[in-house]
Amino acid sequence: MWELIQQNKRKSKFIFAGMFFILIGLSVSIGLAVEYPVGGYWGAFIGFVLWAVQSSVAYYFGDKIVLRVSQATKVSKESYPQLHNIVEEMKIAASQPYMPEIYVINDEAMNAFATGIRPEKSAICVTAGLLESLNRDELQGVVAHEMSHIINRDVLFMTFAGVMLGTINMISKGFIIGTRAGTSNSRRGRLGSGASKSHPALMLVALVFAIIAPLLANIFYYAISRKREYLADATAVRLTRYPEGLASALEKISGTASNLIWYNSITAPMFIINPMAFSNQDSLFSSSTHPPTPKRIGILRALQNGGKVSFRDYQAIYAKQSGDSKLLPDTALKDKSQIAVRTGMVAAAGVAAAGISRKGAVRNVTDLIMANNGYMFLPCTCGLKIKVPPTMGKSSTQCPRCGKFLTVPSVTAGITHKDDKTSPVAGAVSSFKRENPDSWESFTCSCGFAHQLSPLFRGRRVTCKKCRKIIQVDYPE
Amino acid sequence: MNGMIFVLGLLIIVIVFVIIVIGIYNGLVALRNRVKNSWSQIDVQLKRRHDLIPNLVETAKGFMKHENETFVAVTEARSKAMNAGNSGSVKDIGAAEADLSGSLAKLLLTVENYPELKANQNFLALQEELTSTENKIAFSRQAYNDDVMMLNNKVEMFPSSIIAGMFNFEKADFFEIEDKAEKLAPKVSFN
Repeated sequence: MWELIQQNKRKSKFIFAGMFFILIGLSVSIGLAVEYPVGGYWGAFIGFVLWAVQSSVAYYFGDKIVLRVSQATKVSKESYPQLHNIVEEMKIAASQPYMPEIYVINDEAMNAFATGIRPEKSAICVTAGLLESLNRDELQGVVAHEMSHIINRDVLFMTFAGVMLGTINMISKGFIIGTRAGTSNSRRGRLGSGASKSHPALMLVALVFAIIAPLLANIFYYAISRKREYLADATAVRLTRYPEGLASALEKISGTASNLIWYNSITAPMFIINPMAFSNQDSLFSSSTHPPTPKRIGILRALQNGGKVSFRDYQAIYAKQSGDSKLLPDTALKDKSQIAVRTGMVAAAGVAAAGISRKGAVRNVTDLIMANNGYMFLPCTCGLKIKVPPTMGKSSTQCPRCGKFLTVPSVTAGITHKDDKTSPVAGAVSSFKRENPDSWESFTCSCGFAHQLSPLFRGRRVTCKKCRKIIQVDYPE
Repeated sequence: MNGMIFVLGLLIIVIVFVIIVIGIYNGLVALRNRVKNSWSQIDVQLKRRHDLIPNLVETAKGFMKHENETFVAVTEARSKAMNAGNSGSVKDIGAAEADLSGSLAKLLLTVENYPELKANQNFLALQEELTSTENKIAFSRQAYNDDVMMLNNKVEMFPSSIIAGMFNFEKADFFEIEDKAEKLAPKVSFN
């Protein structure tokens, strides 16, 4: 059955070919613009060589580079018996001839990823934080998801697509910078006689292409990555037959704001939860490799309640929730067997279930105390949670890790609801819109006092402790 | 001239026919080997479980002095399962292993009453091994049954059924372990 799904490469090939045409088209148009007409051949040649070199590096050394840079250590059955057992279980469930190598990253952040362009050299990597916080069923769900990336050949596809995206971005950026430098300097001096042959109209076409190509390639890339993420979830529950395990693992992982471990845009699709973004949107233009986690959890929970975990059930629930009937490949849906959910092992076997890690628990308590003392929490896109003291008195602050400037959220003042009878707060003058109600959020009142809203807070208004003003709290749809 | 075209056409038809037959035959052989291979996967895990049980019983005995009955049941079920594994058909093995699963589940339920045993490192390691082995049995059973389904479909369906009949391909048995653990949910009595 798994071979069938592997064979569903038509769509992926289409996307892949599309990206390849974008790459070659871009290089040719740049080549033509620089030197008409022989530059076209040179452009195609250089673009192809760049892509080929990067792809072969990714093919032969990609796994090693990823594991080395993320400082993952290979572990044996003796040191991590349970993890080893779970990986072996999933290998058997997927009837794979190769046992993936197991790596652990000594980081308290919670995440996991798979590598292995060649399935016989695949590896599954989890963080120490994940091992500490998840129970057996949840860990099995995560490992099954990673194993699905391996058996569905997502690693292969996403790595090559990622390399292609990288090459397109590189060429277009290089060209744009080059033309900028070219127009400011004397071009004749820099490009020699070649510059005289350059064609102004073609130059314009190439410039437009250089701007559009990366956007197009991005849309292709992220759209396919999100679909594959759903497929990996569906395959994972098909393997474990226990959707609740993966659902509650995703919940735990997304609950911790610190997904700080090493990643880049090429490896991001391989993680269980996108390490790059806090809010994952599902629109076509979303630049997120992963679908929104609450949506993934929702589908999994619905599967658990429905009691069946085949690909068809996954597809049906997805279609019901988002009105889109095209998600999983047809070859996966051909499998008509009905597979029932099994009961969780943690409850059945009484294996000691670890809660939140000790370090994490200490941090949560400290955060609570700080929140009580008026500290504000600003999540940075790099993953760091910045704690802002209430006395800072500035409207923006710089992230100590990535150096990005973050604005301290404050109430939007001056909105009067005099005539609006539907407003829950009569005569409210200020409001604050929550971006992410499932995590801690902070804002300052117009009087300067800092407020925290906990993930559990679902109220419609807050009274400022200092100036007694009523602040309306809005929620996203 | 016409005769030659006729002979040539006939030859092509025969060759195409032979190629199709060879293809179907090879497909059947590949499936049969897959079934054999996935059966050996189950076999490995069943043996592993048989090996684990004496250790588990030894460790638990030290703590559970008054549960002799449970231990006897597990040990007996184990030897029955081992006998079935040596001689029996897939169906017999399934029945014997189901009994073993049931008595093991009962043992692990009784363990709940012995907090000292539950805290014992040795026992925890054994329990993890046993849990994992049970899972591996379940997962390899799933893979085996998938393969058996594919083989049986080929053996029964036209046109592969003709070739299967000619070369004596037989349907394989599904490996069913009746889930006795659920039936063994703790019975509460107020006597």
